Amino acid sequence: MRELTCIVCPNGCSLQVNQDVGPWSITGNLCPRGIEFALKELTNPTRTVCSTARTSFAAARRLPVRTRGEVPLVRVRSVMSEISRLVVDREVRMGDTLIENVAGTGIAVIATADLADLIEGEDCDGRPIRSSD
Amino acid sequence: MTVRNVDIAVLGAGPAGMAAALAAAGGGADTVLIERENHLGGILKQCVHDGFGLLRFGEKLSGPEYAGRFVHMVREAGLAVLTSTFVAAARHDSEESVLMLVDRSGVTELHAKAVVLATGCRERSARQVMIQGTRPAGVMTAGAAQYYVNVLGYLPTTRCVILGSGDIGLIMARRLTLEGAEVLGVFEAKSTPSGLSRNVAQCLDDFGIQLHLSRTVTRIFGDDRVEAVETAAVDEKMRPIAGTEERLTCDGVILSVGLIPENEVGEALGVPMDPVTKGPVMDQNGQTQVSGVFVCGNAAHVNDLVDYVTESGERAGAAAAAFVAGRRTHRLLPLMADSTVLLYAVPQFVDMDAPESGAVVYFRSGEELGVTVVEVTAGGETVARHRYQHLRPPEMERLEIDLNRIPVSAGSLNIGVESAAAAEMTS
Repeated sequence: MRELTCIVCPNGCSLQVNQDVGPWSITGNLCPRGIEFALKELTNPTRTVCSTARTSFAAARRLPVRTRGEVPLVRVRSVMSEISRLVVDREVRMGDTLIENVAGTGIAVIATADLADLIEGEDCDGRPIRSSD
Repeated sequence: MTVRNVDIAVLGAGPAGMAAALAAAGGGADTVLIERENHLGGILKQCVHDGFGLLRFGEKLSGPEYAGRFVHMVREAGLAVLTSTFVAAARHDSEESVLMLVDRSGVTELHAKAVVLATGCRERSARQVMIQGTRPAGVMTAGAAQYYVNVLGYLPTTRCVILGSGDIGLIMARRLTLEGAEVLGVFEAKSTPSGLSRNVAQCLDDFGIQLHLSRTVTRIFGDDRVEAVETAAVDEKMRPIAGTEERLTCDGVILSVGLIPENEVGEALGVPMDPVTKGPVMDQNGQTQVSGVFVCGNAAHVNDLVDYVTESGERAGAAAAAFVAGRRTHRLLPLMADSTVLLYAVPQFVDMDAPESGAVVYFRSGEELGVTVVEVTAGGETVARHRYQHLRPPEMERLEIDLNRIPVSAGSLNIGVESAAAAEMTS
């Protein structure tokens, strides 16, 4: 019997997986996504990786990024090291692809903010109010 | 000094304030959204992890993406927005609130028929958890560490302990680990974690970070910089147990020891506070006990899901617009939470004269409970009940009640756990 905490949604169901005899039985889930999660968790656990990337804009030092989908948990470190080598040098927008196939996972890394919105010294109209750095 | 009149001033442009301002303007009110920072989005700007928006958008978004969607909506709606603007003073007169705004152009006296407080919450600091003495660098709140890492791109510690198991502490345990720091453990004085179970699983278990329950940090060593901490087990009354001390060499102590609603402006406006939630006493639409002053989001009570923060902002903004459009009667019934099982329930009052017949109640249990039926009763009738697989203090629950089901004779509403015998019969 394995105990898992489902991480699909904030309910955080405690799942009990019985792998002893026959087909695995999964209980404790409030919805079908719990079954899917448990099966994946015990065969090939995957995670979304969220981080930040360096930029070449002094006024916006970091751009928040994430993997568009989930990558194998065992690949998270390689994904992180590839993201840490990334330097964003153009004004990307939320959802833009920054790396097509990160660490050979087939999954893209995307921007999760509009870079223009992060530039220190601009209000929400994009009008400069103060120079910085 | 300039003087300006508006229908509604929304204070704070995080998720609650953006939702409130959109709803207020949507309700036809002349609305201004006021933000002290340079950009809209509030704390979500630095919450780069995902998990936001599952209820709202049916997607797992990162904090900046969730905020970004509302920033785009604010722009498309053409809302009046004042950024880098502080409320330096506030007072409430009989018919309006007067806010002294300070920005780069100087001082503006803003007269608003209604105010929506969307000022969020603050982290409990080292002083508030009785960490006294010298101030070595390296002691910081989880939110401060998050700002250093995610916004400034600095790693503020290479080897740290995390004191307290709130969600931001768990999130930062993972974040610091991913960025190459060593997290020696999370120390929680209570016997259960303060954060969501899924965060214990995906932030600690994934990386082999130990969660030490009933154990706390008792001393911090170091003059200019943290050099080490002493941890110890604590008894049920949270007193350190002699002989259990352990010294850990580290250069950082990250605090995740609770959040407190931020209500300085509300207090200046004379809004009465609830000592339990630390937010204003309010009805289901965020109307406080000062007519025309509304509250939403984490300023009202600390939420764990941004989706609910948005929901409360929309309600408060719409109610503020309705207030400006024309006064109506109010008939308030107190909502009493059974304090033997519930930590708190909000709103503190239900307005029976509200135009919408649905009212949302949020509550937290006082301790971990298994299968539990929670019910709301009024005038001897059960007006709402829901069966929960489990209740845990870190997980806020939501329950909808239909005002039409409340008997006219009812003098109050009560929320509590259905008796075991009754639960047995109905489950």
